[in-house]
Amino acid sequence: MSAATAPPAQASFSDSLRPATHLFHRNWLVYKRIWYRSLFFGFLQPFMFLAAMGLGVGALLAHSNPNAFGPVGYIGFLGPGLLGSTVMQTASFESTYPIMNKIMWGRNYEAILASPLSTRNVVIGELAWIGFRIASISTIFLGVLAIFGIARSPLALLAIPVAALTGLGFSSWLIAFAATQTNDIGFSWVYRLVINPLFLFSGTFFPLTQMPQPIQVIAWLTPLFHGVELMRGLILGSLDLGAAPWHLAYLLSFFTIGLILADRSLARRLAS
Amino acid sequence: MASLAGVTTRSGLGRAWEVVWRARRLVERNVMVYRHQWIVILSGVAEPIFYLVGIGMGLGGLVRTVPLPDGHTISYTAYVAPALLATAAMNGAVFETIFNVFFKLNFRKTYDGILATPMGIGEIAVGEMLWALMRASLYAVTMLLLMAVLGLILSPWAVLTLPVTLLVAAAFSAAGLAGTAFLRTVQDFDIPMGLIVMPMFLFSGSFFPTTGFPPPIQIFLQATPLFHSISLIRGLTTGLLGLEQLWDFAYLVGFFALMMVIAMRRMERKLIK
Repeated sequence: MSAATAPPAQASFSDSLRPATHLFHRNWLVYKRIWYRSLFFGFLQPFMFLAAMGLGVGALLAHSNPNAFGPVGYIGFLGPGLLGSTVMQTASFESTYPIMNKIMWGRNYEAILASPLSTRNVVIGELAWIGFRIASISTIFLGVLAIFGIARSPLALLAIPVAALTGLGFSSWLIAFAATQTNDIGFSWVYRLVINPLFLFSGTFFPLTQMPQPIQVIAWLTPLFHGVELMRGLILGSLDLGAAPWHLAYLLSFFTIGLILADRSLARRLAS
Repeated sequence: MASLAGVTTRSGLGRAWEVVWRARRLVERNVMVYRHQWIVILSGVAEPIFYLVGIGMGLGGLVRTVPLPDGHTISYTAYVAPALLATAAMNGAVFETIFNVFFKLNFRKTYDGILATPMGIGEIAVGEMLWALMRASLYAVTMLLLMAVLGLILSPWAVLTLPVTLLVAAAFSAAGLAGTAFLRTVQDFDIPMGLIVMPMFLFSGSFFPTTGFPPPIQIFLQATPLFHSISLIRGLTTGLLGLEQLWDFAYLVGFFALMMVIAMRRMERKLIK
């Protein structure tokens, strides 16, 4: 691994940005062939989920419990929650199988590291790429929310960077995890025991207050909860200014720790 | 198809049985493969449980009750649980037959090796289906036990739920096998998953009745196999049965048979050149 021991490996994160653009560009060249399809499904999925759950279940709620969600209705509550969970799921997928593929099935990183790029460049390039993907999906999602009349305030646009930050938090931790795995069995565990429960129990489909106290406490500790709270506040214009800095601080530290872990984990894996 | 041609003198039923009997080898193979990965299968049990607890407690506490077309009202959790059971059977079957079979068919070339043995296309299709059924029944039993514990089984008819769930799983595994042979790249998975499985999951009367839609859309939604699966299983667990459920059953049997024929044809064309 001559590239990993060459001077760029010791460089700071900021010096790694320029070489990392090559990895970003490589991912773009691969993605370019399917982007229209990816964006089509990126639009279709939230549209159908909102139509079904928001309007369908919303109609049942209007019948039996009309005041449960106040003036925004169930669809207003659900929309931002779905944005958060879509972001988490996209980030998780992009940071597990494709990364493992480039480490050991397709061995792309082996070839990349034979060039002047270091593992740190690779980590930054991959995260930048995933951040870009999440931002593009979130933009489409906001468009869908606007169609349903949910996103009204211009502040809603700020939900895009928040979505990217939330996604990158998951991404960095999962890249760190993927780099320690020698097969994809571990991913099944992560999806079933981490991602799916978070999808259901982070205040996405229903308010956490419906849950018993212990589950609420656990949910408060999870990153998706903080991401969804921020996005919901921004999109509905109901941001709690006292709590927002704490949510943001949580997401930033979650991502920073993940970034350090991913950097170390991938360096260790590819150096051996 | 040497294996099938060799036994043409037997009766149709005897021949079918021989295919099933030989197909056990493929099931055995899958068991061997998963011997060190049983945890993957077991962790799938957690999924319907999370959904039932999450949707049931979370949304159920808010929605409370659902009015049914015949005037009855049932709790939202009792309404959703049988739909989650049907969906778990569908997902288990479709994931196994689309994802795993796709890789065996196109990348690992597992079946090319198998065809060099006395096993034919029929055995492969039946074997993969039996294996998918075994996985689906594990999930179905867990879900049924959980429903019983939570008091969501409202009728003694529910004893029929397990065999019906297996019929649902068989129908969807056959449909998955039929579909897989059309797929060419990994990106093509988006088409069956995003355009068929997911919309069906959302709009087939799983989380809310289809009766809220305009009649033409209702007719379309009520033609999907998942709609009939949910309607039949919900009838059994709630005891609100009628002639509709007989029709659901007939539909599922017919759908299964049709998909099985298509699956065999497509696999044959794909594997025997």
